[in-house]
Amino acid sequence: MANQVKIRRGADIKLQGEAEKVKSDAPLPSSFALKPTDFQGLIPKMCVKQGDTVKAGDPIFYDKTNEHVKFTSPVSGEVAEIVRGEKRRILEVRIIPDSTQDYAAFDVSNLDSAEGVKKILMASGYWGFLRQRPYDIIADPTQTPKAIFISAFDSAPLAPDYDFLLHGQKNAFQAGLDAISKLTKGKVHLTTRGRSSADEVFTEASGVEKNTITGPHPAGNVGIQIHHIDPINKGDIVWTINAQAVAMIGRFIKTGKVDFSKIIALAGSEVEKPRYLHTWVGASMKSIVDGQVNEGDNRVISGNVLSGIQVEENGYLGFHDDLVTVIPEGRDPQFLGWIAPNLRKLSFSRAYMSWLMPSKEFRLNTNMNGEDRAFVVTGQYERVFPMDIYPVFLLKAIMTKDVEKMEVLGIYEVAPEDMALCEFGCTSKMEVQRILREGLDLAREELG
Amino acid sequence: MKLLQNLFDSVRPHFEKGGKLENYYRVLEGFETLVFVPGHVTHRGTHIKDAIDLKRTMFFVVIALVPSLLFGMWNTGHQHFLATGEFGGLAEGFIDKLLFGAMLVLPLVIVSYTVGLAIEFAIAAKNNHPVNEGFLVSGMLIPLVLPADVPLWMVAVATAFAVIIGKEVFGGTGMNILNPALTARAFLFFAYPTKMSGNIVWVPTGDKTPVDGFTGETLLSQAYNAPDGSNFGEVAYDMAGYQYGSMADTMWASFWGWVPGSIGETSTFAILIGAVLLLWTGIASWRVMLSFFAGGLGMSILFNLWGANPFMDVYPLQQLFMGGFMFGLVFMATDPVSATQTTTGKWIYGFFGGFLSIMIRVFNPAYPEGVMVAILFMNVMAPLIDHYVVQANINRRLKRAKVATA
Repeated sequence: MANQVKIRRGADIKLQGEAEKVKSDAPLPSSFALKPTDFQGLIPKMCVKQGDTVKAGDPIFYDKTNEHVKFTSPVSGEVAEIVRGEKRRILEVRIIPDSTQDYAAFDVSNLDSAEGVKKILMASGYWGFLRQRPYDIIADPTQTPKAIFISAFDSAPLAPDYDFLLHGQKNAFQAGLDAISKLTKGKVHLTTRGRSSADEVFTEASGVEKNTITGPHPAGNVGIQIHHIDPINKGDIVWTINAQAVAMIGRFIKTGKVDFSKIIALAGSEVEKPRYLHTWVGASMKSIVDGQVNEGDNRVISGNVLSGIQVEENGYLGFHDDLVTVIPEGRDPQFLGWIAPNLRKLSFSRAYMSWLMPSKEFRLNTNMNGEDRAFVVTGQYERVFPMDIYPVFLLKAIMTKDVEKMEVLGIYEVAPEDMALCEFGCTSKMEVQRILREGLDLAREELG
Repeated sequence: MKLLQNLFDSVRPHFEKGGKLENYYRVLEGFETLVFVPGHVTHRGTHIKDAIDLKRTMFFVVIALVPSLLFGMWNTGHQHFLATGEFGGLAEGFIDKLLFGAMLVLPLVIVSYTVGLAIEFAIAAKNNHPVNEGFLVSGMLIPLVLPADVPLWMVAVATAFAVIIGKEVFGGTGMNILNPALTARAFLFFAYPTKMSGNIVWVPTGDKTPVDGFTGETLLSQAYNAPDGSNFGEVAYDMAGYQYGSMADTMWASFWGWVPGSIGETSTFAILIGAVLLLWTGIASWRVMLSFFAGGLGMSILFNLWGANPFMDVYPLQQLFMGGFMFGLVFMATDPVSATQTTTGKWIYGFFGGFLSIMIRVFNPAYPEGVMVAILFMNVMAPLIDHYVVQANINRRLKRAKVATA
C-alpha cells in the first residue's frame, strides 16, 4: 500500500432506497442521446445531420479545439433530432436505434505507445471518459498528466457499489488500466476504501499504485484523494477516470468493437425495487424508470442527489453517470417548519434531532428548507470539506471575480462535487457548486 | 393552516408585480415565510438540502436569551424592592418583583423590536431584498445590555443607529463589521453617559426613598472603589446595604445574579442555561466561548499575582461572574458575522477578547467595565486575524509547490 489516507471531516448521508445487490436487464431503450453538456469545457461541432444513419462508434460530434476528439454513437440507428438551446447551443443529439446493430471498425493493434492509445480512444468516443484537473474539464490530449487517479468507490448518497458492479470484469478492468497507464509518465493511482475488503478486480489490479482512504463522504471523491495523495500545484495536470469507464475501455480495446453498455444503480426512496440494471450510455430515462417508481410528484436525477442533473421524463442518462436517483419533490409549504421539531428531516446541525439517529435512513425531498441568505454562520463548510483549503474564502474570491485570490486559495484542486456537502449543509442556502463552476470557468479563461 | 394559506394566497396578487402594493412584496414575504417555510424546490446543485435555515438558527439564540430575560425582569424588581426596603428577602414578593420588572423591561423589548424591524422591513422593501432574520437576535440583545431605567426614546434612537449605521450601510446582515447590539450600547454609552454608567442608573427606585446606606453601586464599582488593603469580597454589600461578609457569598450572589447591573447581564446562571442550548445545538462556537473564558481567567490570574489594588485581587472566577463578561462571552463574542471565521482565528479572537475585557475593566480610569469595548475592538480586528490565518494557508500551498518542483 502506497498511501493510507484518513480523513475525519465530511458526512455520510443515509437515504432510503439503496440499490439491492441484484443485477437485471433494463429494456432496450427506444431512444438514445449524446449530450455535449456532459463534457465540461467542450465546444461541439456536429458531424451528422438529422436523418443520417450511423453505426455504433460512428462520430456524432467532435471537439472544436481538437478535431480528433470524437464523440460517437453508442448504437447504430438514425439521428432523429438535434436539440438546441439558447444561441443554438447543442443540448442533445437523439438517436433512434435500429433493430440490428452494426459496428464501426477500429484498429486496436497499436496500443504500445501513448500516441496509439490516445488515437484509438479519441476516434472511438471513449476519450470523453477522461477528465482533467485543474478545472474539472474534459482531458486535453495534447497534455501529459503528472498522474492519473481512479477512485474504486463512490461515497455519495445511494451511490453504486463498484465492488459489486465490476465484480467479474477483472480482465477488462486490467486491460483498461494497461492502456490508460500509457498516457502518463507518472503513476496511476487506484484508491479503495480503507477498512473494508475491495473486490479482486481492484485488489489484484497490477501496474498501479494502490492507496486506501478511510472516512466519511467525500472520501470517495477523486478530488479529495488527489489532495491527500499527490496534490495539484500550479502548473500540474492530473487526469481522472471513473472505474467502470476503465473496464469499458478494456472491453473495447480487447475486441475493437465499441460497447457502451454499462451497469447502473437505480436507487432512491421512490423506486419500488432499487437494484442494479444493465443499460447503455445515453439510454433514455424512460427505459430505466418507467414502471419502476411510486406514483406521485417525483424528481428523477441522473447521478446522485448532491451533484446529479435533474432530468425530465423524456431525458437521458448522463454520459458519466452510474446512478439514477428518484426522490420526491417537496413543493408543499410547511406551517412553522422553521421551528417545528421535524424528526423526518436531516440536518448536520444539532438544532435538529437527526444527529441523535446516526443510522436512520431518511426520505428527503427537494424542498429548499429555507431561503437564500448572505453568509452568516461560520465553520459550517469546513466540517464537511476535508481539504486544507478555506472554502468560504475561496467562494468569496469567486464572487468578487478575484482570479489571483482564487489561484492562491486553491482553485486548482477543487471540483464542484467536492464541495457538494457544503452546499447541502449551508444555512444560507448558497449555490456553492454553481458558484464554484463559474469560478473554475473564469480561472480557466484567465489563467489557462 | 389551510385557512392561513388561503389568506396569504388571496392577498398575494395585490403584492405581486402590477398589484397596488407591489412595493411591499418583501414585507408580505417576510411575514409569510415566518408562518410557512415556502414550497420552493431545488433546481441545480444539490437536490436535497439540510433542514437548517437562518430563521431557526436565529430563533434558537432568542430562546437561549429567554432565561436571562426572565431573570432580568425579576431582578429589576428585586433590586427595586431591596433598595426601598420592601420584600428584602430573596423569596419574598416574587410576583410583585416580576411584575415590576416586566413593566420596565417589556417596553424596552417592544421598542427595540418595533423600531428595528420597522427599519429592516422598510429597507428590504426599498431595496427589494428579503427581510433578514438577524435582527431577531439583535432586538432581544439590545434591551438586555441596558439598564432597566433607560428612557424608551433612547432605546429607539440607539436601535435605529445600530441597524442603519451598524449594519445596513455595510449591506445588511452578514456584512456588518461590528456587532449591532453592542453598537447600540456603545452609541448610548458615549452619547448619554449619565444614563448608562455611574451609580444612579442601575436600580430603579421610582419616587420612593431608598433605605439608609443605599448607594446604587454595582459590584464592579464597589470593587473599583474598595479601600486599599481591604478584601473586596468581604466588604461588598447589596442594595439594602447588607454586607455579604465573605468572598464566597459575594461570588455566589454574582453567580446567581441578584445584584445590580444591566438587565440581562447579572445572572451567570441564566446565561449559562442559554450557553448550554447554544453549545448543544452547535449554533455558537464553543471555541470562541472557551478561549474567551480562558483569556479572561488568565488576565484575572495575572492581576491576582500582581495585586496592586483590591480590584486586581478579586478572585478570578468572581471577576468573570461580575459585570457583562459572561453575557458578552456567550451572546456577543460568538456572533458569527462580527467574529473571526477561521477555526484558528476563533481561538485567537476569543482569547484576546476575554483577556482585554478584564484588562480594560481593571485599568479603565473612567468606569469599571471593559467587555463592550474589548469585543468591539476584537470585531474590528477579526478580519485582520483571518487575513493572517488565510495567508498562512496560502503560504503553505506555495511552499508545497516549490518543494514539488525542486
